[in-house]
Parts: sequence; structure tokens; C-alpha cells
Amino acid sequence: MEPCEFPDIEQRLSPVLQRHGADASRLLQILRDVQDTLHFIPPEAVTCISSHLGIPRDSVEGVAGFYSFLSLQPAGEYRVLFSDNITDNMLGNRELMQYFCNKLWVEQGRVSEDNLVSVDTTSCTGMCDQGPAALVNGWALTNLDQNRLDLIAELIRSRKPVADWPPMLFEVVDNIRRKDTLLGDAFESGSAIRATLTRGTRETLAEVDKANLRGRGGAGFKTASKWTFCHAAVAEEEGSVICDIGGNPERFIVCNADEGEPGTFKDRVLLTSYADLVFEGMTIGARVVGASKGFLYLRGEYRYLLEPLEAVLKRRREAGLLGDNILGEAGFSFDIEIHLGAGAYICGEESALIESLEGKRGRPRNRPPFPVTHGYKGRPTVVDNVETFAAAAKIGLHGGEWFAAQGTPQSTGTKLLSISGDVSRPGIYEYPFGVTVEQILRDCGGDDAHAVQISGPSGTLVSWQEFGRRIAFEDLPTAGAFMVFHRKREMFAAAHNFTHFFAHESCGFCTPCRVGTELQKKIMDKIAGGHGTPADLEELKHLGGILGSMSHCGLGHSAANPVLDTLKKFPGTFERKLKALAFEPAFDLDGALETARKITGRDDEWAHL
Amino acid sequence: MSKTISIDGQAVAFSDGQTIMDAALAAGIYIPHLCHNPEFKPHGSCKLCTVKVNGRNVASCTMPAVEGQEVLSDTGELNAERLVLTQMLFVEGNHLCPGCEKSGNCQLQAVAYYLGMMSPHFNHFYPQREVDASHPDVLLDRNRCIYCELCVRASRDVDGKSVFGLSGRGIGTTLVVNSTSGRLGDTSIAATDKAMQVCPTGALLVKRRGFAVPIGDRIYDHLSIKDHLSIKEVQTGGDHE
Ligand SMILES: Cc1cc2nc3c(=O)[nH]c(=O)nc-3n(C[C@H](O)[C@H](O)[C@H](O)COP(=O)(O)O)c2cc1C
Ligand code: SF4
Ligand code: SF4
Ligand code: FES
Repeated sequence: MEPCEFPDIEQRLSPVLQRHGADASRLLQILRDVQDTLHFIPPEAVTCISSHLGIPRDSVEGVAGFYSFLSLQPAGEYRVLFSDNITDNMLGNRELMQYFCNKLWVEQGRVSEDNLVSVDTTSCTGMCDQGPAALVNGWALTNLDQNRLDLIAELIRSRKPVADWPPMLFEVVDNIRRKDTLLGDAFESGSAIRATLTRGTRETLAEVDKANLRGRGGAGFKTASKWTFCHAAVAEEEGSVICDIGGNPERFIVCNADEGEPGTFKDRVLLTSYADLVFEGMTIGARVVGASKGFLYLRGEYRYLLEPLEAVLKRRREAGLLGDNILGEAGFSFDIEIHLGAGAYICGEESALIESLEGKRGRPRNRPPFPVTHGYKGRPTVVDNVETFAAAAKIGLHGGEWFAAQGTPQSTGTKLLSISGDVSRPGIYEYPFGVTVEQILRDCGGDDAHAVQISGPSGTLVSWQEFGRRIAFEDLPTAGAFMVFHRKREMFAAAHNFTHFFAHESCGFCTPCRVGTELQKKIMDKIAGGHGTPADLEELKHLGGILGSMSHCGLGHSAANPVLDTLKKFPGTFERKLKALAFEPAFDLDGALETARKITGRDDEWAHL
Repeated sequence: MSKTISIDGQAVAFSDGQTIMDAALAAGIYIPHLCHNPEFKPHGSCKLCTVKVNGRNVASCTMPAVEGQEVLSDTGELNAERLVLTQMLFVEGNHLCPGCEKSGNCQLQAVAYYLGMMSPHFNHFYPQREVDASHPDVLLDRNRCIYCELCVRASRDVDGKSVFGLSGRGIGTTLVVNSTSGRLGDTSIAATDKAMQVCPTGALLVKRRGFAVPIGDRIYDHLSIKDHLSIKEVQTGGDHE
């Protein structure tokens, strides 16, 4: 296909460019808008944006090329991406995608001849409790089945704008199944900020410390320490006193709503129905560290939440909970801006997230220095998970002791779990830390469970023998994913899916992860194709070691976990797939002759190896 | 007041702001590396320079030296892991050492020799990558690029041209150039640019200069990269032509 020509690109892009100003840190947002308008980012647009922002052309191309939802090639007027997490697989997404492709006469990964539509897969879209899911031009579709796909195909054929499609296709429900103190108690907007102002800033930080709140994004770093470091960073630089609020240079509060880990969707629910709690936690954090500006980094898959969240922000501004002199407190100014991602799991890693916020490729930075001292635009920055801020708001309101009364000594409070897979009641469950896997399975109807993937592919695979283990930093730490597999599931399939996920999501910066995840994927494909040998298993273990020890960031460090865990806990699932040979080539020699047989019309014994 | 770290048991002096790699190079200790060149801001992508500090692996080119660090570098375990990384770089691209103009002067090849690489070990990826011969004086053969971004840094920070950048991600990462056509011939690069001197492989070459020194008489034909770099790099900043 010939690349399209856009001689009028300046006019076409001028509303977008005007909206964002000549601010290079808005590059990703600009590219998103261009993608929405033109369905891809043509070379002319790259040139135009580069001259408008005053940055080199290859930087613009570099950013456009990095994010999955941006396309430098013509991508079709309707771009349908099927969520491809293992839970979607288990619900038949692959078969449905094939059905859909046949219906529209397109091949997966290709744009239709008339440039109308393209169909492909994307990493988990955070709808595991209501899959199979997909995105159409970035908008989430849920509960797909043949009927819905028939309708969607019809809408596409008649070129109906996505905005006019029936709303039921886009319905996303919360599915909250168990509430505890975070979700259960009614929360009055402003109450936590008020309590914070009354108590004092230093005292509030002391409460967060006393609560022993640990980050809900996975690593479990103590939130009070992070806030203290961030605050101290400037104080040190400026030679002033710690906890001296007011008249401070810039610091930033960032809420990490990238939620890219397959199997997690609790942040989606918090942002849907508890946004006030989250924004209030950010505001308290801002008060404590002395930040006047905050960002919500919202993953591209949750594009549909943008307007509702903007509305909440607007309402809070009107109520005096954001903006200048919050709740009448002189000099307490704080506001929040929402930044949309564009399909990159790595942007959940905090330093990659900051790069992305600055309008760059999402590449994890070298550390030290850490974001708390050198974050957004080189200024001290706190990056916390959505749930962490929600919990902080509750602590601001009720105090640290109240919070620490729940959970275990090292893991206080409650934890939201996103439960999906082979259970009768998928959805969000809030438990005090310390709950056993067994108990959870009982509650969600995971009766035939054989294994649970805790905290997503980068987490831990737990087999039926370990169901007595507990959700807590002391035992099974988790960002919240809880994917259940029943007895009949082939665990190899899950590990296979996860290797594809990591290879697709590696940022490509460092050698071990860029090449190692791809090698791992190729070996898993070889085994899946029936060509695996014991030597391949050894190679997988070997690669796992290199990924874990040499990678630059957490993605590479954990990319081999699913394979290593599955090899250890379910070795049979691999062995059943192996050829009992010492060596086996990755391709089928006889199969390679098939084309020749077709051409010559021969299929006799001599035409085979 | 001089501070010290220990590298493989040897006391090494450093000053504030130096990385472990800086301290090592100044002391004439070779830590294998490809994406590092002391003239440029550290990058930390190839991971060949990984060392063990107090039991944890870190990239020595980006890790600040801190008083009292116990650094392990020249160990069997680390060299074995570095060898695997080197093999990864070889199978990821299309390297044709015997016929390559850079043979004997190539750091990738020299590191492979140093680490005792006898085979690529993994299956080759055989990627399709574009060769760009559009410029009258320089050649870009992406088949040999290892994404060290030295040309990116040199062109941006020294030449002030930003001719090179990376696009794509993961295994689909590509080196792109700053022109609407995407071709080097339409950029402002010149054969005399710093960017043309820093490539550790044969990916960026000045035309009509190949084989000026015959293979057999080149830098690493006589000296291992360890012996060459630990003496020379401090003085010449790693220009291996
Ligand atoms: C590859 C990768 C992906 C991550 N994705 C997320 C994410 O989607 N959401 C999140 O809160 N933290 C994510 N993290 C962890 C963040 O880097 C960071 O630790 C976290 O946002 C800190 O917040 P917390 O202290 O509140 O947990 C990710 C880390 C890595 C290495
Ligand atoms: S480990 Fe992977 S994701 Fe992390 S920096 Fe390296 S290539 Fe990028
Ligand atoms: S062309 Fe050379 S210098 Fe540039 S990134 Fe590739 S290998 Fe490095
Ligand atoms: S030299 Fe340190 S990572 Fe490449």
C-alpha cells in the first residue's frame, strides 16, 4: 500500500497543536490526538510536530514508534485489538478473533484492502472479569461473543462512527464482591483533607508512618519513607529544614494508574467508583511533601474513564478541594492533570512512567538517582499506586492506629484483589492482609482450582499444594492480580502466553531483556509446536538466570518467573510436550517440502523425507 | 582526601561523581563494556559491564562509586554471563565478521574474543534490517547495530545535529535517522562528525576507507581489548579507527 499524502497537514493538525501548545512534554498526548484524527501518524505529521515543538524529527518518530496504540503505518479506520491475556484465551478470544476476521475478510495483523479495518491482539486490557475484551480505536469492548461481533462487524461495514455505537457494547461493570474498610465505609469528599489540615502536616506524615502503609503497586515500599525522602530532597538541596511546608520549589505527586499487569483491574474500579478517595489521597500527599502539581498517569486502555475523571476533578475544583488555597488554607495550592498512556506495560515502572509523562519513550532510567530526588523534569517526585493513595486518604481521615489494626504486622490494612479465571464469581475482593489463598478460592467459587497466578505474570505461581499460603508481604506479596486455573487447564499454555507478553512489552533498552525475552518466546513456541527437547528446558532455566541477574529493570527481572515457576511446580506440563530426543530442530524438515509437493503435484513416498 | 573502593580485591581511588567504571578505567582496570565511552554520558544498556557490589549486580558504568564498595568484576560467573550477553548481540543482528570492514577494529568482535566466545550458541534471528547507502560518504548497515546509542549521543551532544535516534521497542527496536525520507543521504551528517567515530561495531562506516589497514594488522589483531582499552581509552576516548 502506498503511504497516504497529506499536503494539508499543517491545517489538519493545527487544532491539536493549538490545544497542546508548543510543550514538548505533551508530545505523547499530541500523538494520541493525531492517531485519533488520521488513524495513524504519517511522516508529514512527524515533520510538522517536530518543527512545532522544536525537537528533532527522530525523537518524534522514536516516541511514535514506541507505543503500541500509535502507528506509523496506515492502520485502518477501525482498529480492533483483542485483549490477549491468558484469561481472555480461556474465554475463547482467539476463536472469536478468527471468527471476526473471517467475517470482515481480513487477516490478523493486516489492514483490509479498502483501509477500513485492521484486527490484531493487544496485551491485557484490564477487563479480565468481563472478557473476552477488545478495544476499538482505543475504546473498551467487553463480554464479546459471536452476536456482539456480528453487530460490531455490521457497524464497521456501515462506517458508523464509534461514538454512535450502542452503549451496551462498552458497558464496564465494577463487580465488587467483597468490601472491607477501604471500599465499605462511605467517604465524604474533603473530610480527609480537613482532618489533615487540622492535625498538621508533620503529624499526618507521622500517622502514615504509624499506619505502616506499604505501596500497593507491588514492591511494597513504605509510603511514609517515600514521602519523607521526597520532602527532604528539596530541603537538602535548598538547605532548609525537613517538613517545612510553604514557599517550596516544585515537587510532584504522580498517581500510577498504568495497571498493565495482566490480571489486574482493581485500579479501574477505584477510578470508576472511588475517584474522590484517590484524588483526596493525592492531595494529602501533596500537602505532606509540598507539591503543587500532580499527575494521574492513566493507561490508554482506560481511555473511556478520561471524561468521567475530568468531571470529578472539575467538581473537586469547584468544591475548593483542588486549586488555590484548598479549603481556605492560605498557600495550599494543588491541582491534578491527567496524562493518557498509549499501550506500554513498561510505563507502569515508575521511572519509565516519568519519561513517558515528559513525552518520551518509556524507558526506565538509570538509578540512582531515584524519582524521589530526581523525578519529573528532574524535580523530587512521589509515584504511588492508585490504591496507595486511596488508603492514604483513609489514614488521613481515621489515623494510623485505626489502619494498622487490620492485617498483619508487616502488611497492615486491606488489599484489593482482582480475581479472574476459573471462578464462578470474578471481580474485586477486599480482604485484610493475611488471608489465605484457600479462603479466597472458597469465596470466589474457585472450587476446582489447581493453580493461582498471584500478582500477574511478574508475580508467583502457586500450586494446589500451597493454598494454605497467605496474601501478605511476609509470604505472597501482590499488586492485586489473582488468576485462577482449574484442574483441566494446561499450565504450559499460561507460561507460553506470558512469555509472549514479556517479549511484546520489553522496552528493548537492555540486551538481556530485549534479546532474552525473545529467545524465551522462540523456545516456548518451539515446545508448543511439538519440537521441544530436554535441552530446551535447560536453556529456559539458563535464560531465566540471565534475565533475573543482568536486566535493567523489574520487567526483565521477572520476565522468566512464569516459566521458572511452572517448570518447578508443574514439570509434567512441559514434559508431556517434549520429543524424547536429545536434539530437535526448530522447524519441520518434511513440512518445509509441502510447497514443493503442491507445485509439483506429487505426494508419493519419495516426495517425503 | 581520597576515597577508595575495592575492585577484585584491589584498592582503587575515586573522587565524588565518578562511577565504578570511571574509577576502574582511571586505574587501568578493564571491565568489559560496549555502550560506554568515557567521553559520553553513561547509558547502561549493553549490561556487559555488570559487576557485583556487595552481593548485588549493577551496571558499573552508571553506578556511582561509594566509599567502601566491594566490587567483583573479573569472576568466572560474571564473565560467563557477559559471554551470554555477547552471544545474544550476535544472534540478534546479522554479523559477518570475516567479511566486515571493521573486522579487527570492532569492539563487539574484540569483546567476544576476550570472553572466549567460540559459537553463537543460540539460533540466529536473521532479522530483515535495512542498509542505508544513500549518503555519499557514510554507510549505515543496521544489520550490525547493537543499539548502544553512542552515535545518538555523539550526534546530539557533540555534533549538535541529532542525526540518530531509536524507534520501535523490544526486539523491534530500530535505529532511525533525522530526515523525512528516513535516509541518511538527506541528513546533515558528515564523515568527519563525532558520530562517525564512536560506533563500536561495523554499523556506521566512513566510505572508501575500508581495509586501509589490512586485516591482521589491526588493533585487536595484536592486543586484546583488555590490553588496548585499559591503556588507550583513557587517553584517546575510545576512537578505534
Ligand atoms: C515493569 C513494571 C511495571 C509496573 N507497573 C505498575 C503499575 O501498573 N502500577 C503501579 O502502581 N506500579 C507498577 N509498578 C511498580 C512501580 O514501579 C512503583 O513501584 C509503584 O508505582 C510505586 O507505588 P507504590 O509505592 O504505591 O506501590 C511496575 C513496576 C515494573 C517494574
Ligand atoms: S529489563 Fe526490559 S523493560 Fe527493563 S529496561 Fe531492560 S529491556 Fe527495558
Ligand atoms: S550505529 Fe553503532 S553507535 Fe549507533 S547505536 Fe548502532 S552500534 Fe551503536
Ligand atoms: S557499558 Fe555499562 S551497560 Fe553498557
